[in-house]
Amino acid sequence: MLKKLTRSSLLVACAAAVTMLVPAQSALAATELTVYTAVEAEDLARYAETFNQDHPDIEIKWVRDSTGIVTAKLLAEKNNPQADVIWGLAATSLLLMKSEGMLEPYKPKGVEKLDKKFVDKGAVPTWVGMDAWVASVCYNTVEAAKHGLEPPKTWRDLLKPMYKGHLIMPNPNSSGTGFLDVSSWLQMFGKKSGGWEFMDRLHKNIARYTHSGSKPCKLAAAGEIPIGISFAFRGAKSKAQGAPLEIIVPAEGVGWDMEATAIVAGTSKLEAARTLVDWSITRKANEMYNTGYAVVAMPGVAKPVEHFPPNLLEKMIDNDFEWAANNRKAILAEWLKRYDSKSEAK
Amino acid sequence: MNQASPIELPAAPLADAPLIKPKTSKDDRIMVGFILMISLYLLITLAFPLYAMLSKSFSTFSFDLTNFEFQVNSGDGWSAAVSADSLNRELGKYTADDLATSSDGRLGVTDFFPDFSFRSPTLYRIRQIQLDSSFLFGSERVADTEWHEYGSNDFRRVVIRPSSSTGLANYRSYFSTPALFRSIENSLLIAAISTIITVSLAFGFAYALNRSTMRFKGIFRLIAMIPILVPSLLPGIALVYLFGNQGMIRGLLFGESIYGPIGIVMGSVFFTFPHALIIITTALGISDARLYEAAIALRASRWKTFWTVTIPSARYGLISAAFVVFNLVITDFGLPKVIGGQYNMLAVDIYKQVIGQQNFEMGAVVSVVLLIPALFAFSIDRFVQKKQVASVSARSVPYEPKPHRQFDWICLGYCSAVAIFIVGLIAVCQYAALIKFWPYNLSLGLSNYNFEVMDGGGWDSYWNSIQLAFYTAIVGTLVVFTGSYMVEKINGFATTRSAFQFLAMMPMAIPGMVLGLAYIFFFNDPANPLNSIYATMGILVICTVTHFYTVSHLTAVTALKQMDREFEAVAASLKQPFHRLFSRVTVPVCLPSILDISIYLFVNAMTTVSAVIFLYSPDTTLASVAVLNMDDAGDVAPAAAMGMMIFYTNVIARLLHLFITRKVVRTTQAWRKL
Amino acid sequence: MTESIAPAAQTPRVYLRIDRLTKKFGAFVALDRVSLEVFEGEFICFLGPSGCGKTTFLRAIAGLDIQTSGSVEQDGLDISALPPAERDFGIVFQSYALFPNLTSERNIAFGLENQKLGKAKITARVAELLELVGLPEQGDKYPAQLSGGQQQRIALARALATSPGLLLLDEPLSALDAKVRGHLRHEMKLLQRRLGVTTVMVTHDQEEALTMADRIVVMNQGVIEQVGTPTEIYREPDTLFVADFIGEMNQVKGRVESETSVSIGDIRLASRPHKLAQGASAVVAIRPEDIIPHGAGARSAGTTETMADTGNTLDMQIENMEFLGSFWRVSLWHPGFGDDRLRADMSINAMRRLSIEEGSSIQVELPADRLWVFASESR
Repeated sequence: MLKKLTRSSLLVACAAAVTMLVPAQSALAATELTVYTAVEAEDLARYAETFNQDHPDIEIKWVRDSTGIVTAKLLAEKNNPQADVIWGLAATSLLLMKSEGMLEPYKPKGVEKLDKKFVDKGAVPTWVGMDAWVASVCYNTVEAAKHGLEPPKTWRDLLKPMYKGHLIMPNPNSSGTGFLDVSSWLQMFGKKSGGWEFMDRLHKNIARYTHSGSKPCKLAAAGEIPIGISFAFRGAKSKAQGAPLEIIVPAEGVGWDMEATAIVAGTSKLEAARTLVDWSITRKANEMYNTGYAVVAMPGVAKPVEHFPPNLLEKMIDNDFEWAANNRKAILAEWLKRYDSKSEAK
Repeated sequence: MNQASPIELPAAPLADAPLIKPKTSKDDRIMVGFILMISLYLLITLAFPLYAMLSKSFSTFSFDLTNFEFQVNSGDGWSAAVSADSLNRELGKYTADDLATSSDGRLGVTDFFPDFSFRSPTLYRIRQIQLDSSFLFGSERVADTEWHEYGSNDFRRVVIRPSSSTGLANYRSYFSTPALFRSIENSLLIAAISTIITVSLAFGFAYALNRSTMRFKGIFRLIAMIPILVPSLLPGIALVYLFGNQGMIRGLLFGESIYGPIGIVMGSVFFTFPHALIIITTALGISDARLYEAAIALRASRWKTFWTVTIPSARYGLISAAFVVFNLVITDFGLPKVIGGQYNMLAVDIYKQVIGQQNFEMGAVVSVVLLIPALFAFSIDRFVQKKQVASVSARSVPYEPKPHRQFDWICLGYCSAVAIFIVGLIAVCQYAALIKFWPYNLSLGLSNYNFEVMDGGGWDSYWNSIQLAFYTAIVGTLVVFTGSYMVEKINGFATTRSAFQFLAMMPMAIPGMVLGLAYIFFFNDPANPLNSIYATMGILVICTVTHFYTVSHLTAVTALKQMDREFEAVAASLKQPFHRLFSRVTVPVCLPSILDISIYLFVNAMTTVSAVIFLYSPDTTLASVAVLNMDDAGDVAPAAAMGMMIFYTNVIARLLHLFITRKVVRTTQAWRKL
Repeated sequence: MTESIAPAAQTPRVYLRIDRLTKKFGAFVALDRVSLEVFEGEFICFLGPSGCGKTTFLRAIAGLDIQTSGSVEQDGLDISALPPAERDFGIVFQSYALFPNLTSERNIAFGLENQKLGKAKITARVAELLELVGLPEQGDKYPAQLSGGQQQRIALARALATSPGLLLLDEPLSALDAKVRGHLRHEMKLLQRRLGVTTVMVTHDQEEALTMADRIVVMNQGVIEQVGTPTEIYREPDTLFVADFIGEMNQVKGRVESETSVSIGDIRLASRPHKLAQGASAVVAIRPEDIIPHGAGARSAGTTETMADTGNTLDMQIENMEFLGSFWRVSLWHPGFGDDRLRADMSINAMRRLSIEEGSSIQVELPADRLWVFASESR
């Protein structure tokens, strides 16, 4: 009887010890990083999983939203940052944060292997790029045929009267993609006047402006409009879903932005954050980005992605992010003045 | 005469006796404690955030040119330091208005040097005099007071950043930007048109329900309430499927685009219809049958009776309905966002300013602008409702409609048309949610319910929404009912009570967007000790409770006003603490109203978008916001699917509420049936 | 007076002592330095028109609206500042304030339940109270199932359940119809006698006050006009207000002649002694039932009298007669009265005996001890 009792109480004690130890151990092991991101929802789990293959001790807590919201959130939290790392946010947004002194400069291991375009130009970079996010035109062949349209080859083709009312693009005031289009046209066609003249004429053909950058392509995919100015990634996805889409890369060149990574200044988990950023520029990471994006930061990694237009990389303009960031306010104000105030007067 | 003779009065002249300082009872102290707590709650969740927002709108940014100095070296040594301000004066380049900017403002420095060329060998130096601003070299922030030297090619990469102060500059800039203030006009116009249409439609519907003997009244009543159960942006999605460029019946628009005013108005009519209907039905229901008997006796025609009796006696209801609808439309955000196209509305402007341009100050300005018509509509509504209460006489005899074949058929036809509109939109949403790939693959399936691969937070957001609705219903009912009990039943403390009443009325006048934005400003301030609730379910619950406080409060107050005023006195005379009365009598008697408040909060928490759009966090994504975000990202069918999930959940919640109410009525309200 | 109703105790003890009670609502003075003593076991009525301050007075005694100044002493204890829960009273309101979701029994038991009484004791006490108010069968009914009178009795039983030292009744009968009211008046009075509980009732109904109260406190505009037994109040009104408010009272303009006489026009009448100065204008008052008809007028009405002692007998012309069932109300006029008329109540017998008819003249006596003289500006 006594024996039985001791044995069972011993068992209980052991069990208690084990249950108390196990969570304590795992709690010690895992550092939880709060990572703000605008990466597509469906990719997030895969990204974290791949990262954890190499670093099981760091747990990623994603905060995902569209670019605008994540940016607004980060800026709103400026005095009280909640994020440790930003992984997968437009470089334009990161530049904004950089100029607010919100990012922790860090030179990740192996950064020299990346295409220079994809690295912040500061002495110690504050951000590093992941992949490019390239503007293109989503063209719904079925709807276009209904209206007797021909596929455009260049941006300037879109000015033709036949496209009137058949074009849709994101509003640069609410969408990063929209701004990317506008700033690229200004850089390609002339910052002072040429770009604006192009947009003046384009505006006449635009059916409406959307708030979201991916929406024009989805609308084109749904046949809601024949032509949507959006970005290639979105188009490729819709095409994969069976939409009668063609992704056109205009001959003059296309604007682009990149998804990039940065450490938020003041994070209490600097070590883990650095580990994550180091990993985010590895070959493995770049291969991971390549499943969705045709252009990634590490040269030579990218394999062609299905449904992506093949000539994307060479059509990417030499985007001056700094110029775009420093002139963003003025450009948006000008755009607003020219197109938004009279937008309902058709 | 005997001992019962008049007693001796104390000798005149009567001096005043000493003043009495009433001893407060334990109950009084507890109740004051409660009322202070709940006042504090409203202060923290309403007054302080709004104040934070207001002050944000006055927080201005401008380039302080006097704070920057330059030196130039064209090969012959450094020139004397000269401030940007004096350079600007010489050149006459920027006026004070030009120098007003936003927090993100940047100003190139080369403009101060007319002969600047980035190819020249000239060297430049720049420094700040004081530390209250900064400049950028490229995107590198420089915030010291040292001299920094740049070659001309680098110098063009230098931009100066604004310093902050307070003032009216944001408002000036708002009203000098046509694209922005144009929205005021748009918002007012859309709200006015929607109001006229909705109130007319709802009046017809209510008239048919009240004054005809048509069949299916019960079904019509149920159908008319459907829009309350879905987010306001859901009709927008349905309209796209109906009237969009691939729409099923787009021909009916004769080439007009649904994206814009037409879409907003149609959607607004849909989602405001039940609100107007409830008010107008009540107004018609209290009409006095005796007036109609008099009209018949006077041989007045039906038409004349309508204009001389029906309309005047329902006028307060009509006015009240009009202002409620107006307020709902002008403050709604989801619908214009989904279907508004470029047609700018104030509520969407807030979103564009904050999310699109991260210009919080301008967002705050638009919020303040939006507050004005909302407050105006709200105060008129309150005023009118007070009048209406006074005009109902206790002697009124309810009107009993008599059968009238032709009229009943017209009513049935009319109500059916409205019902088809409502059910049609919902059915279209459900259909859209089940179609695999509109319009190219019309086979049905559940692929659109695979929310995990879409924006918006996946199925989690659906469960989060249910959680939010549940907590909101519980916490809200508790706070609201306790608060209204204290304010109704406490003695004295007139100032505190009227201040509380005022606070409790305010949320109705505050657009959800404005509240949400105000919450960011207030709760995300690291100096705020309540900062820790930021980005939690807690803040969503608080925000939602506050957003829907007024109607709940009014429901509770109405219920409490029906309680005998002397219950508290009786309980005190019986030496029973107020909480015993509260739990034994007040709560059981008010239970039906309490249940009404909780279902109201639940349903609204499920559908609200505007208040929580700025506040949800990755762990607390919400179904209603997911609808918006999925639609925004172009995943329109999944958005419709999620919208329908909200609808079904609310239907189930409603049925559950009905069931519980029945049960509760049977067990605790037996006395009512007698 | 002989028919006075003695309070229960032999040597009356002051149970409630109110001293210079003042209640202000902002600038409005609802009660102005009111003092009163209530004896143990006594039934007191506060009587007055609406807005006279009687309910304010009651609520101050209950502690529901505590006075601005002045003191209330109950059973030797100063309770002036105490909240209601710390005082000792039961109360019945005009609305009864019965808890609608509780049965009669539960309503009555409400005050007993947290007094550490056993369940059985409570049940017994509730049964006893139901018995007391005559509703032993109605215990399981909800208030809505009871008639108004039954509800009132349940409310009374609830107020008495904790055996309070003081029972406060705020217009307890005014929500009932006349017949039930008359019946309940009697019952309540009996019950109060039986229990001997000191009772203060507020009413605006003089009949209620006269039939129920041991003493009546007549109030007007925040002050006490008079305190006295019903007969005193009726027979010996101190002020014109009391005279007018309770029962019917003729009022005729006159002038003071001496301490015991007054003139109306040029008729001189002996009156009750008063303190008004000679020559002052006054109101001469007499109750309709106090006018004694003596027979057909000796002189034709309207003949000018000398200022002689007429033995308070006048010839008056009958202007109008109204049959009110048990008596006739006759409107009398005399040239000296100017625009004033006298109403006199005359029994059917007297009418028949004196063969009075409209337009004829009648000799009436206005007994000096029933003839009041009040200062005319007292209204």
